[in-house]
Amino acid sequence: MTLLDFARGPALQWSLIILVAGIVWRVLGAILLSTRKDLSTPRRKSGLKDGMGTIASRSLPASAFEKRIRFQHITGYAWHLALFVTVLFFGPHILFFESILGFGWPNLPNGVVLFAGAIALAILIALLIRRATNPVQKLISNADDYISVIIVMLPLLTGIIAFAHIGARYETLLAIHLLSIEAMFIWFPFGKLMHTAMTFPSRFQAGTSFGRRGIKA
Amino acid sequence: MRKDQNLGEYLRAQGVSRRGFLKFCSATASLMALPPSAVAQVAEALASARRPSVIWLSFQECTGCTESLTRSHAPTVESLIFDAISLDYHHTLQAAAGEGAENARMAAMEENDGEYLLVVDGSIPTGNPGFSTIAGISNLDMLKETARGAAAVIAVGTCAAFGGIPQAFPNPTGAVSVSDIITDKPIINVSGCPPIPVVITGVLAHFLTFGTIPDLDPLGRPTAFFGQTIHDRCYRRPFYERGEFAHTFDDEGARKGWCLYELGCKGPTSYNACATLKWNEGTSFPIGSGHGCLGCSEPGFWDHGSFYKPISAGLWGPRETLLGAAAAGAALGIGSAMAARARKNKALKEAEADSS
Ligand code: SF4
Repeated sequence: MTLLDFARGPALQWSLIILVAGIVWRVLGAILLSTRKDLSTPRRKSGLKDGMGTIASRSLPASAFEKRIRFQHITGYAWHLALFVTVLFFGPHILFFESILGFGWPNLPNGVVLFAGAIALAILIALLIRRATNPVQKLISNADDYISVIIVMLPLLTGIIAFAHIGARYETLLAIHLLSIEAMFIWFPFGKLMHTAMTFPSRFQAGTSFGRRGIKA
Repeated sequence: MRKDQNLGEYLRAQGVSRRGFLKFCSATASLMALPPSAVAQVAEALASARRPSVIWLSFQECTGCTESLTRSHAPTVESLIFDAISLDYHHTLQAAAGEGAENARMAAMEENDGEYLLVVDGSIPTGNPGFSTIAGISNLDMLKETARGAAAVIAVGTCAAFGGIPQAFPNPTGAVSVSDIITDKPIINVSGCPPIPVVITGVLAHFLTFGTIPDLDPLGRPTAFFGQTIHDRCYRRPFYERGEFAHTFDDEGARKGWCLYELGCKGPTSYNACATLKWNEGTSFPIGSGHGCLGCSEPGFWDHGSFYKPISAGLWGPRETLLGAAAAGAALGIGSAMAARARKNKALKEAEADSS
């Protein structure tokens, strides 16, 4: 079995199994935990509106801090947008998803995707340097933060290298790229990358429980 | 060709002009990535070369490699070069049969000990010596015996070079490649199913000119021919770069000649010269006819999943494994939530007991 066959076959299969099992485990575990009955009398009926409202309000910078967190805000949005374009709209990526999900969608020109990938990588490197040098960030960062950033950075880096055919044979570069993604799949449920699945449900939950207590947030 | 004739005399007798011969020499030189200044040397060495003795052994094969070499539309200089070698033994092409044929092999081996070229096509079964025999001799024994006195071995075709189709899962005959058996001789792998004829003659020409084997890649293939991928030299590459792919064999993109990546083209991982040398006297090659590359010059090409599956797609088992994973995750989630609740209830009870 070649390295590429391993990356496309058993490594992909097992990393996906760990990814799916891990996500279901953590999401379900969190949902089942939060069902304790609240015995207090609600201030008002809360529901969808509060939940969605908090998702929206937390997605914008809080006005009190706006000036101080503008950098994180802009880079955060730019990074996620660039990542989505790179991951979801590169032709070969869509074929990869199609082999897992059973359906595909139209792709963007490679030039656009490459540009987005380079932007995403550059932002991530900048954020990593900032995390490692800014005294406050340094203080609040743990190993999970660094691992999560680096494990997302590697697929971007190896992807660009594979696209440009630099340094080794294409089949080796492609295999390394796939293996780096599979490493991310395995890490995903156990670290901060889980925010992908948790962010919006937890904002929604916070919104409804604040609503119940009559807080607008 | 008479034994005392050299190659130049033979080609002249066949009506090949000096001009035509030099053209072949410069093409060969450039194919072999030699500088233009080497053309004269190639021409001189080739013209004065004595016919080398070649023994060609065919094992588990389909004869496609021999067909590729001998069925060219019109006799080319390449095919004449092939004619010019002293093919002392070739099952398919020789007139002699049975004991007479075996005697010819023995005689050639004795006469040219240490100097003859051994060409092999087909893989070697190791499961049972009886799977493939010639004159009662197993392929394995015949290969070992014939390789002993050879100057070099040329493994022609993917079966001889890497095991090829006979080795495809579940490899019922225990097929292996030449290099799995012979480890003490220079081996040149000319892979492809079949290989491009001019690559075979190019390797022969190199041997005739320099008496050495050409530069080889990590898989033992001449880098002059196998140094780049099909994708590197594909004329559809600009479409790949722009992300313009044919989605089916008869859609708009296919008609416009767009990239065949989505249709399973293995060009990006296949090292061969099809895109530049092409087939049938330079007429076309698979991608030129609208079909993706199968990657036939690569080891295990038969077992890399469907020919129509894109390279970036997963090659994994049934999707149900993911449902199983989701179920396992659900069980784990429910279990850990229940355990956490039990801990919480216990803590609450203890707190109540403490405060009362
Ligand atoms: S058709 Fe195949 S070899 Fe040609 S550019 Fe597309 S993927 Fe590459």
